[in-house]
Amino acid sequence: MFGFLLRRIAVLIPTFIGVSIIAFSFIRMLPGDPVALLSGERVMSPERHAQISHDLGLDRPMVVQYLDYLNGILHGDFGSSIVSKKPILDQFMQLFPATVELSICAIIIAIALGIPAGVIAAIKRGSVFDQTLMGIALVGYSMPIFWWGLLLIILFSGTLQWFPVSGRISLMYFFPNVTGFMLIDSLISGQKGAFSSALSHLALPSIVLATIPLAVIARQTRSAMLEVLSEDYVRTARAKGLSPFRVVGIHALRNAMIPVITTIGLQIGVMLAGAILTETIFSWPGIGKWMVDSVFRRDYPVIQSGLLLIAAIIMIVNLIVDLMYGLINPRIRH
Amino acid sequence: MKYKLALAAALLSATFFASAASAKTFVFCSEGSPEGFDPGLYTAGTTFDASAHPIYNRLLEFKPGTTEPVAALAASWDISSDGTVYTFKLRPNVKFQTTDFFTPTRALNADDVIFSIDRQINASNPWAKYVSGASWEYADGMGFPKLIKSIEKVDDLTVKFTLNRAEAPFLADLAMPFASIMSKEYADSLDKAGKKEQLNQQPVGTGPFTFVGYQQDAVIRYKKNADYWGTAPKIDDLVFAITTDAAVRYQKLKAGECQLMPYPNAADVASMKTDKNLKVMEQEGLNIAYLAYNTTQPPFDKVEVRKALNMAINKKAIVDAVFQGMATPAVNPIPPTMWSYDKATKDDAYNLDEAKKLLASAGVKDLSMKLWAMPVSRPYMLNARRAAEIMQDDFAKIGVKAEIVSYEWAEYLQRSKDKNRDGAAIMGWTGDNGDPDNFLDTLLGCDAVGGNNRAQWCNKDFDALVKKAKATSDVGERTKLYEQAQQIFKKEAPWATIDHSLAVVPMAKGVTGFTQSPLGDFTFETVDISE
Repeated sequence: MFGFLLRRIAVLIPTFIGVSIIAFSFIRMLPGDPVALLSGERVMSPERHAQISHDLGLDRPMVVQYLDYLNGILHGDFGSSIVSKKPILDQFMQLFPATVELSICAIIIAIALGIPAGVIAAIKRGSVFDQTLMGIALVGYSMPIFWWGLLLIILFSGTLQWFPVSGRISLMYFFPNVTGFMLIDSLISGQKGAFSSALSHLALPSIVLATIPLAVIARQTRSAMLEVLSEDYVRTARAKGLSPFRVVGIHALRNAMIPVITTIGLQIGVMLAGAILTETIFSWPGIGKWMVDSVFRRDYPVIQSGLLLIAAIIMIVNLIVDLMYGLINPRIRH
Repeated sequence: MKYKLALAAALLSATFFASAASAKTFVFCSEGSPEGFDPGLYTAGTTFDASAHPIYNRLLEFKPGTTEPVAALAASWDISSDGTVYTFKLRPNVKFQTTDFFTPTRALNADDVIFSIDRQINASNPWAKYVSGASWEYADGMGFPKLIKSIEKVDDLTVKFTLNRAEAPFLADLAMPFASIMSKEYADSLDKAGKKEQLNQQPVGTGPFTFVGYQQDAVIRYKKNADYWGTAPKIDDLVFAITTDAAVRYQKLKAGECQLMPYPNAADVASMKTDKNLKVMEQEGLNIAYLAYNTTQPPFDKVEVRKALNMAINKKAIVDAVFQGMATPAVNPIPPTMWSYDKATKDDAYNLDEAKKLLASAGVKDLSMKLWAMPVSRPYMLNARRAAEIMQDDFAKIGVKAEIVSYEWAEYLQRSKDKNRDGAAIMGWTGDNGDPDNFLDTLLGCDAVGGNNRAQWCNKDFDALVKKAKATSDVGERTKLYEQAQQIFKKEAPWATIDHSLAVVPMAKGVTGFTQSPLGDFTFETVDISE
């Protein structure tokens, strides 16, 4: 197991360097000059433009800029934003818990509903339930997140007023940021009603963010289960007289889980992409919204370092998924 | 001991909830995150609304609802007869805010004024580069480094600005957010602690609200400044709930999660007006959208051609299609709410026959041109491509073939100012200080050719008038000069003036005391909410 872990980590290093090169060079390929954008319609004199470019180190050859950037990262310095002038790592650490909290809630919803739905659809293959469920999953998968989010806000927040419109907690609660996770911080604060306020603020964005992964997981579980249910050992288990629950829940599900876990791992990446839209619509202060704003402002340091940090997290998640395969299926370790 | 602690905690929380229950909190659904809290470093209105207006004051400020600079931290001032020396007498006993992170020991004095402005114009000031990549865009854009010769302390409450030349808009410039006055004592304490960058993150000023905290991209909190020198705010707590999407802001306003919002979607305004729980204020914005011809390139160097194209543009159709009526067609290069606006100017009427005749008289046939459309939505032009399509259609009716081109925004800004630019570009401007000079000389003066003057238009008579007005302090005389300049502008037609958009501010019915600023600022000093 240890050797397996080492091999996986060794693969991460070139991937990490590759991502850093791509993040660094792609953003510079986009048209648009971050220095010119600082003054907007107000034209900047060429001398001043040159001075600011020099101050930001943007007038140096690309290779020098890249090596400097890489050197900074190796020393734990991810640079500062051109726009806000704040250190990027500080901003990331402040915003990341919000995205993680939202993503965890969304993935819990997606797994908790997606797997049982997929299993039941597989067992009742061809039934009305199966067809309805797969129809809904297809619609969920194709749903434009922005439109879906706004629709839920108008219905559940605007008309029915069941949930708050946006934000992470009601503005009447104000307590220090201890962990950055609002659910935990609201409990720590001890303020009455803070936790339920945080929870109600999480509901709609989590549902929106969970929609696509939920659809994917349900479809994947269904097809994996169908495949497994037709295997000989399942027939044997049934022939042995095991209860249907044991056959499906213990023997079939464990084997069907391998492709499902791969899918869940991949959905983490999809979720970070989905978070960009969900965070924008629900004014959720996470890294997705931060990255989008930075792209519009051509804030090179934020985009390149932000992408790198996100990529690192996805790589770690994938590593964990790989390790989980090992646990589920010992053959993979070898 | 345990019991004592528990009792103290209970008492404390009881006090907290009692004060929380009686405190009046006003929530503003702001449209974006501030870039920082030092207004000198930035140019965005969103940043100024969160920093300059609640936290700081300036020597002069714009009288609410107008663009007239009036006394603020400066109680009075003298201007030398040649218009180059401005001596300000500061208001005595103005206290800086006391916060969790700073307790001032002295009142405002001349050192604070010198500190606040000098760091923006003097590269050798130790605070000129106090954050990575610091640049003072507005001070530079208003020409302060070249304009200001020196700033001197005469005594604790007197400060003298000496200029290199007479500049009538100088007082208006000092009322702009970038010229906010900061505490030198606070800056020195940060310097000593090796935390200079906190000046941009934990602000201290003399303004009506004290900064409490900022949760990035989510919430900014302020409380009433108990030591405020002006009229005390009526609300106890001010909260900015950052909500970037206009449709979501509207839903929050409807749900009572905030009391006031900026920049609604034009399509939502009609339903806002019919909502019995809301009220809507509107005012012509201090802005203009225009189509700038390149007057140095044939055939646009001929005034007949420019006039012909102006006559072919159906501005009413643009205002209806792009703004759903929330704008007015523009006649002059300055908005009607600005002093010196020339009401006598006659617009080039929409007249296709006359336009065709003018083109023929200029000897122009089968004209093909490029029509530049901005890729972004701005307050003065919500959808430049849609406007360009309408113009393209209009031009086709007089036999002119227009090809719409666009670039990424920074590229657009860069390329559109090129002296050899091919075709006419849609651009616009939002006023900074309410002074006509900020439009007429900044956008149409000869010095701005190759820069902000995207028509590349240098008319000696026009330029002489606006330069003379800049050096004259008498408003009556300046008004006459600007009116003449507007007549020349209309006769020469370097631009097709398109529209001035309306600024619309929806708010809860119970909000009182809010004054709409022609400059588009959101200030809450005088705001109140009925229970």
